Amino acid sequence: MRGPRAINHIGMWMIYRTEMARTLRTIWQSVATPVITTALYFIVFGGAIGSRIQNVGGVRYGAFIVPGLIMLSLLTQSISNASIAIYFPKFIKTIFEILSAPLSSLEAVFAYIAAAATKSIAIGCIILATATFFVPVHILHPAWMVAFMVLTSVAFSLFGFIIGIWAKNFEQLAIVPSLLVTPLTFLGGAFYSIDMLPQPWRTISLFNPVVYLVSGFRWSFYGAADVGVGISLAFTGGFVALCVLVLWWMFRTGYRLKP
Amino acid sequence: MAAETSIASTTSAASILSISAVTKRYQSGLVALDNVSLAIDEGEIFALLGPNGAGKTTLISIVCGIVTMTSGQILVDGHDITSDSRLARAKVGLVPQEIALDIFATVWNTVCFTRGLFGQRADPVYIERLLRDLSLWEKRKTRVIELSGGMKRRVMIAKALSHEPRVLFLDEPTAGVDVNLRRDMWALVRNLRKKGVTVILTTHYIEEAEEMADRIGVINDGKIILVEETAKLMQKLGKRRLTLVLQLPMETIPAELSDWALELKDNGQRLSYSFDANAETTGIPQLLNRLSEMRIDFKDLETTRSSLEDIFVKLLEDAA
Repeated sequence: MRGPRAINHIGMWMIYRTEMARTLRTIWQSVATPVITTALYFIVFGGAIGSRIQNVGGVRYGAFIVPGLIMLSLLTQSISNASIAIYFPKFIKTIFEILSAPLSSLEAVFAYIAAAATKSIAIGCIILATATFFVPVHILHPAWMVAFMVLTSVAFSLFGFIIGIWAKNFEQLAIVPSLLVTPLTFLGGAFYSIDMLPQPWRTISLFNPVVYLVSGFRWSFYGAADVGVGISLAFTGGFVALCVLVLWWMFRTGYRLKP
Repeated sequence: MAAETSIASTTSAASILSISAVTKRYQSGLVALDNVSLAIDEGEIFALLGPNGAGKTTLISIVCGIVTMTSGQILVDGHDITSDSRLARAKVGLVPQEIALDIFATVWNTVCFTRGLFGQRADPVYIERLLRDLSLWEKRKTRVIELSGGMKRRVMIAKALSHEPRVLFLDEPTAGVDVNLRRDMWALVRNLRKKGVTVILTTHYIEEAEEMADRIGVINDGKIILVEETAKLMQKLGKRRLTLVLQLPMETIPAELSDWALELKDNGQRLSYSFDANAETTGIPQLLNRLSEMRIDFKDLETTRSSLEDIFVKLLEDAA
């Protein structure tokens, strides 16, 4: 480091590289799982249900579910990657190294989140590539698609990081993703348009934050959305801001990190 | 007790670590550190002694940034650990009590990771020398999970030294390690001092402190009760003892021997006399003459010096 105000970019890079190396140790599992899962979704939803629902909003059902599938993986992978990244050092007590290093909280969080988001975006790309084997996929706004992918990955990596700090055991680590995020994702329009729902379920769905993510992401593919793109972006940005605020408080008070 | 004087006298411009009025009160209300002040000189080996729960690890953890202090100020080489934490932390290395390692990483990678984490550029030559010094070079490609407990502890030390700290904390470094590793560690610590590294260690092995430390601090119930140079401490508080193995057991100490601080031990078979090692007259010749006059014969005698452990126990008893 050059001085007291210099960014510890070497320290950040070490965290990022080590986190990525952890994924590479299980590279086949990391790649094979999303490929197989995506293939299964296409067989079940695209094949069985898609044969009864030809088009949704002018898009073939098989193609319609692609953004939802990617978003489902982005959410779960981002949370899982980030939460385990901070929980595991706490569990094996190597967290003392991070806390005692000349690394600001912001730098540490940035490095962990960058690694978690990179991994989930890579998996999102693998799913997208796999989907092209099953259905023709057109991306109307590729730059927006990338933007939504990055923003969503960062947002839910931050959320996962919060869960990782909060969790005292593996049960708590798994409880939020399994009992909250997965149901919200399935009910968030990943496999259907909320226009297809009768009232009052359609209105109730608007309280599900995942609806906005899936809708915005689907818009970047096909130009059609359940809710306005601006609202989707505003929601995701707001969620990032909220997570950053919670993390700032956690590090400032040392919540479950420093006694 | 002369603790206050001793502590004050340790504060000097050469201090690499300056701890001023540090208090740590946990949320439970437990006061782990109570207004602790301490100054460590550059290049010295300082041993912090104290019973379990005395506050040793809490103090180290605060300096390293792992625990937040409630009040007080700590400077590492002049850098405040709160307002100037980046520079302060860069100068400190820590080997914690417990072995905490990423078991899937190789020795080389985990040591390089710590160096990078502390903002230092990769230096394969330095890391190679470090691993060789710690007898880890042959194991550099081995994953931590495959190492023995002793080797893992060496890895912990290598990680703590990987960024070339100026202050090294060793929290119970030889707890549960074999004799060879303990000797190696003592040699390593002395070698570090030659290079100008300040070493602060906590230990339960008092002979370890006696053997290695330039100065000793005793902490109890979150308070520093004494800081003194090891040699002076031994001189100041050290007692010597003369033990006579009697020919015939004695039931009580005769009144004629009341001028000496005598004790009967082993069912009257041993007569023990404690005396001040630094006094001008020990009273031993007079005692032996008196015993001869009283026809109290002995078949053997030995003199012993009180160990640091005896001193430590006495200090704690006095503090209680």
